[in-house]
Amino acid sequence: MLNRTITPPYQQVNDINFIAPEHKILSNGIKVYNFNAGQKELVRIEFIFNNVNWDQNKPLQAVTVNSLINNGTKNLSAKEIAEKVDYFGAFLQSDYGADHITITLYSLSKYLSAVLPIVKAILTESIFPQQELEIFVQNQKQKLQVNLQKNDFLARKTFAHGVFGDTAYGSDITLADYDALRREDLISYFKAAFKPENCVIICAGKFDEREFALLDEFFGKGWENHSPTELNKFHYEPGQGTQIFIAKPDSVQSAIRMGKLAINRAHRDFPAFQVLNTLLGGYFGSRLMANIREDKGYTYGIGSGIASLKHAGYFFIATEVGGDVYEDALKEIYKEIELLRSDRASDEELDLVRNYMLGSLLGSLENIFSHADKFKNLYFSGLNYDYYTNYIHTVKNISTEDIQQIAQQYLDPSTFIEVVVGKQNV
Amino acid sequence: MVEFNRFTLSNGLKVIVHEDVTTPMAVLNILYDVGARDEEPNKTGFAHLFEHLMFGGSVNIPSYDEPLQRVGGENNAFTSNDITNYYITLPSANLETAFWLESDRMLSLAFSEKSLETQRNVVMEEFKQRYLNQPYGDVWLKLRPLAYETHPYQWATIGQDLAQIEHAKMEDVKAFFKKHYNPQNAILVVGGNVTTEEVKRLAEKWFEPIPAGNKYERNLPKELPQTAARSLTVQANVPLNAIYIAFKMPARKDPTYQVFDLLSDILSQGQSSRLYTSLLKEQQLFSDINAYMTGSLDEGLFIVEGKLISGVDQAHAEQAIWKELEKISTELVSDAELTKVKNKSESIMAFSEMNLLDKAMNLAYYELLGDADLLNLEMEKYSIVTAQQIMEAAKSTFMKEKSSTLYYLANA
Repeated sequence: MLNRTITPPYQQVNDINFIAPEHKILSNGIKVYNFNAGQKELVRIEFIFNNVNWDQNKPLQAVTVNSLINNGTKNLSAKEIAEKVDYFGAFLQSDYGADHITITLYSLSKYLSAVLPIVKAILTESIFPQQELEIFVQNQKQKLQVNLQKNDFLARKTFAHGVFGDTAYGSDITLADYDALRREDLISYFKAAFKPENCVIICAGKFDEREFALLDEFFGKGWENHSPTELNKFHYEPGQGTQIFIAKPDSVQSAIRMGKLAINRAHRDFPAFQVLNTLLGGYFGSRLMANIREDKGYTYGIGSGIASLKHAGYFFIATEVGGDVYEDALKEIYKEIELLRSDRASDEELDLVRNYMLGSLLGSLENIFSHADKFKNLYFSGLNYDYYTNYIHTVKNISTEDIQQIAQQYLDPSTFIEVVVGKQNV
Repeated sequence: MVEFNRFTLSNGLKVIVHEDVTTPMAVLNILYDVGARDEEPNKTGFAHLFEHLMFGGSVNIPSYDEPLQRVGGENNAFTSNDITNYYITLPSANLETAFWLESDRMLSLAFSEKSLETQRNVVMEEFKQRYLNQPYGDVWLKLRPLAYETHPYQWATIGQDLAQIEHAKMEDVKAFFKKHYNPQNAILVVGGNVTTEEVKRLAEKWFEPIPAGNKYERNLPKELPQTAARSLTVQANVPLNAIYIAFKMPARKDPTYQVFDLLSDILSQGQSSRLYTSLLKEQQLFSDINAYMTGSLDEGLFIVEGKLISGVDQAHAEQAIWKELEKISTELVSDAELTKVKNKSESIMAFSEMNLLDKAMNLAYYELLGDADLLNLEMEKYSIVTAQQIMEAAKSTFMKEKSSTLYYLANA
């Protein structure tokens, strides 16, 4: 008779194998990191550019260049670019991040030679037509108006500004910032950022000699932009704890976002802090989920995270809770943080978190794109694969005392910025 | 091409195995053939609430999540109007834990009162978060009952209102479980670094002893053909006016489904699509414009929706949408346009095969449609669609008398 009450035997994840890239250089010196796994006839190529020349009076300069870079070149209109890319079944995305702009091409191998020239035109000959800028401004202002009615959006924006002020990480965008956009500013930013010296290329998928030769043909020469630039550089000092309440009298839920400036991936405590974060709010069984959702039923979801940026990291807790229970939810969140600082976790709980994190890391390496993503984490933090060896070692061996010590060091609630957006209880 | 093996247990549970040695992980995906369409009126939102209760402990295992996380696994689930789908990903070495957990909750739940009370609250907060506390969040709560008068697609998976969730009772939970959660109503897909032999052994060990239960015979109220245009105007505290037009379209299994999919791509896939270039870029009537399908198992909806540029006349904007719809109903699309959307579909299929969970979910869904192998025939169906078929599909669909229009207006 099958006994269903007994857990089947299981094992902790032991072997986690990372695929490292092959390092190549285009004729003009652009670094290429290549993850070649040729089982499928497709490829992802990322062109990554550091953000530069930050000007707090023009906070939308880089974001807008990112959005409009595929909206017209010397010889192609926005529509022609879109038609050509779509015709070959390719996907061309441009993503603005706090530290980089990434232009990503997804293509079937058979069409690569047809789409690369379009990418080249975009990266080297974009002209940012005035007409496209006007449409963009009009539509983005409308989108911002809609977003400003979302409590979680307001909480996120207010929190980021609280931590990072008027820098690229925290800039508090308003409708007026869109009106202030000028075509000249886009062109000058494009010149400053989109040049070979500021570019790194990461390829994943089927990427052999043939593909490399194509890449070199289009991007290794004939890209003559060498304008002077200054890489963004920010320095942050931890501030005082603050509480910000934004009243939204009609809300049926309150958005809560709280946290503080913290360390980034390059800091030696980062893996230990990640274990602590997982325990607190980083997975479904976390203490915050167990208490605020599964015990109290105050929310659909609550979580915490650590974001690692180039010049800083930050820790945050985020949730949306019933409008009448936000005070109690806050109380319970602080209770959970205090508990981590005052008491050691049980070995049983920590062992579960270890196993969960190792399984989760293994699962995050599911295909060649994921291996490339892991490499980007390292590369842009100035780290090498020793980081993951150390990460795995920390997850496996960190003690409950270490966790408590990390909580005492990094999670002092008196230093938190706390933002609540919703209906104020009287 | 997604290869698989397939067998059926003596209790009627269908099992599909997809071996993929390129990953160290395994996926166990189980699809239950039950969705919001199977709910009783006045007890709507129940299939989804029930999905939450599936995580509240089973008859022999008090906690579902804890033992799974302990072996390095993760899980989640979703409910639609048609199906409820649960999935686990975990290191393949610990695959048996997934069988143990998943089979016990198919055998029976713990039916804990505490869990019911908590999940009622959690789901009510989900209702608020997604539908009530967002600008335009309640659109589908308004649009569904406008488009469907008798078919249960008239309510959203979250339910018609908070009160019905609040009043869910344990006896309803037990009855729902008995009716829908048994081997005959489920499709199990195991994928990843596994062998068919091992999956067979584990399936026989953990799932085969579960009683077959009764096969649920679906007999849903039929929607009568729509013969007159419908519309509803709502005013809300939103910044922009919006229009949603819903047309009836054939069910997912209809042979013209792929024609409709390409039709929606021509109208709205990407920045070279017709609605984007004409209505957003050239005429500048909308700041957002989209066309898509619900892909429903019964007669579904083809939606065209947009947010108007402030100051643009509502009737003028609506007329401009209709002009595009009339154009595609009366003029053949060009070869280049047709090739473009076919190439795009090919790409999407190829890239989706990079993801193990996607493959497992797709196999389960196509098996529900009749045969998992349909997944591998799908691209062929797209490739033979003609410009004539697209025009005919548009013509038979984009008719005023088959439309339901929701005007979602900003408070003056």
